[in-house]
Amino acid sequence: MTAAPDAALAEPLLDVAGLTLRFGGTTAIRDVGFGAGEGSLLAIIGPNGAGKTSILNCLSGVYRPQEGTIRYRGEDLRGMRPDVIARLGVARMFQNIELFENLTVLDNLMLGRHRHLRYGTLAALLYGGKARRAETENRRVVEDIIDFLEIQAIRGSLVGMLPYGLKKRVELGRALAMEPTLLLLDEPVAGMNVEETEDMARFILDIRGELGVTMIMIEHEMGLVMDIADQVLVLDFGRRIALGPPAQVQRDPAVVKAYLGEAS
Amino acid sequence: MTAGTVTRGRSTGTVIRGRSTGAVRGRPLLRTSYAAEQAIWNTPAKRAWTLALVVAVLALPFFLSRDLTSLMTTVFIMAIAGIGLNLVTGYAGQVSLGHAFFMGLGAYTAAVFGGAGDDELVGLGLDMAVWLPMAGVVPALVGLVVAPLAARVRGLYLAILTLGLVFIGEHVFKEARSITGGVGVGRAPAEPVLFGLDLRARYHVFGYILSREAVFYFVCFAIFVVMAMAARNLVRSKPGRAFAAVRDRDVAAALMGVSLRRTKTLAFTISSFYAGVAGALLVVVIGRVTPTSWDLFLSIDLLAVILIGGIATISGSILGAAFVVLTPRLVSELADVVPFISTSPSSGFLSVFQLQTMLFGALIVLFLVLEPRGLYGLWVRVRNYWKAWPFSY
Repeated sequence: MTAAPDAALAEPLLDVAGLTLRFGGTTAIRDVGFGAGEGSLLAIIGPNGAGKTSILNCLSGVYRPQEGTIRYRGEDLRGMRPDVIARLGVARMFQNIELFENLTVLDNLMLGRHRHLRYGTLAALLYGGKARRAETENRRVVEDIIDFLEIQAIRGSLVGMLPYGLKKRVELGRALAMEPTLLLLDEPVAGMNVEETEDMARFILDIRGELGVTMIMIEHEMGLVMDIADQVLVLDFGRRIALGPPAQVQRDPAVVKAYLGEAS
Repeated sequence: MTAGTVTRGRSTGTVIRGRSTGAVRGRPLLRTSYAAEQAIWNTPAKRAWTLALVVAVLALPFFLSRDLTSLMTTVFIMAIAGIGLNLVTGYAGQVSLGHAFFMGLGAYTAAVFGGAGDDELVGLGLDMAVWLPMAGVVPALVGLVVAPLAARVRGLYLAILTLGLVFIGEHVFKEARSITGGVGVGRAPAEPVLFGLDLRARYHVFGYILSREAVFYFVCFAIFVVMAMAARNLVRSKPGRAFAAVRDRDVAAALMGVSLRRTKTLAFTISSFYAGVAGALLVVVIGRVTPTSWDLFLSIDLLAVILIGGIATISGSILGAAFVVLTPRLVSELADVVPFISTSPSSGFLSVFQLQTMLFGALIVLFLVLEPRGLYGLWVRVRNYWKAWPFSY
């Protein structure tokens, strides 16, 4: 990726410093710092239990880190409720699918539009001009996302009935429906076959290339990470052991040691 | 298709000007606008059947006896309460056993604002246009106060917490004699005088004599339609989706920007409003009630309404209300025919009351096991069968 150095040098959208998260006596994340420039794609990798998902949970407000700062567009996200952070434009795709199973694909995507629907409860009860207009306008946006992700055929299906790969796609759609500035992807291609992985990679590249959304992606699929990430953050036991462009990280002795064990 | 269109927005759906339904002649199921698809009655069949049903309901009191008319009025009222409970329990997933309390609160609020006062009872004797909204607003406010507590717990704990409301309520109702009349005495309900029109009198309309039961039937039907429509609007728009999101995955809901506390509070508040209105209307139909009427059994009846009718459906709540209100009557009619059922509690093998309690219990178990979507689910099965007929797939 030639765009990598420029993206990394740009004004950081997200700047995390000294992040520390403890559960009782266990330290899940220890003094981790990183940044993500506007429109860049940061990949987080590391062995199981390294604290990757915990970092995303801190960013989206599900966990409250004890120390450190999470500066996002000049605001400190630490201590904010998840719904407040979401309204600031941080969207999330989960490792284990967290869709609303009893709702249709359309309703799931419309829930992504929640923060963009600006009418009150009274308007909803009456379903008059304002609510009706807002619903229709946002439906239009949702339909564009449905087109983009090529899920037209299943828009009316209950999400619970869909196969795994499509659920992942719907979840990406729900996150996109939020029109996020920062998109957190937790293993977007886990459990997918080659074809589905390629589709997802194409969507991720399109999201960055055409929508300019900044992304932080946790992924174990190294081929994907090396291909599409601008920066790679490597964690091991909650510590940052490397941060840099993919090619550089790949050769880092600390990373090799974490993944392959002590060199003989 | 490229990603750029996501932000640009495009003009999908060729809206045919001047056709509000969005249907094309000869192709009734082809929808050409989002508004047409999002409509409540989005197929011609739904429109036709709803219209037929409304006509039937409006004609009914002219053919029914007065006590059956009152029974049908009770169906509408229980449907209002059931819709309220379904909003909080079915849609928002917050189990509430406390709805008897809110119904009682609504009934007494109405009695205070609309009932006749004397030296023992507080009563302002206001018009129904005042006491009916107040019967909803006061329970809603109490719901608003209780909700932050309720929003902190879930599942079984919430069931116990709301159960506590019923017992606290019963105690308060028993003790507040100047409002409720006290145990064994009770008080007369609020007076149904709407905009100066006395709903207890008979009216002559186009040569027909409308009994007071029929007059109240029409009034309750109108209130029911308005409240059912409002609930349906709620659940198909932003707050309703937020309810379902909180029910299905609360963490994911929060990460969509849905405030859990606000959403649960809203569900409790609106639901209490519905319960209060239903309570106020219910006493007008059944007359003087003692404070012990608002007990756990009423709450369980309401749960039966939504469990038998169909969780998280508005039409299911209506079916459930009809079932729960009409079945006891049917059972007692049967008592004359079936030998071992007696209408008096002391004689015979089974009394009507015992039979109906057993019947509800058995039905709730059967529905939970066999068709969790309730009567509504059965209806969906029947509909799908005939849609595919004569093929079985």
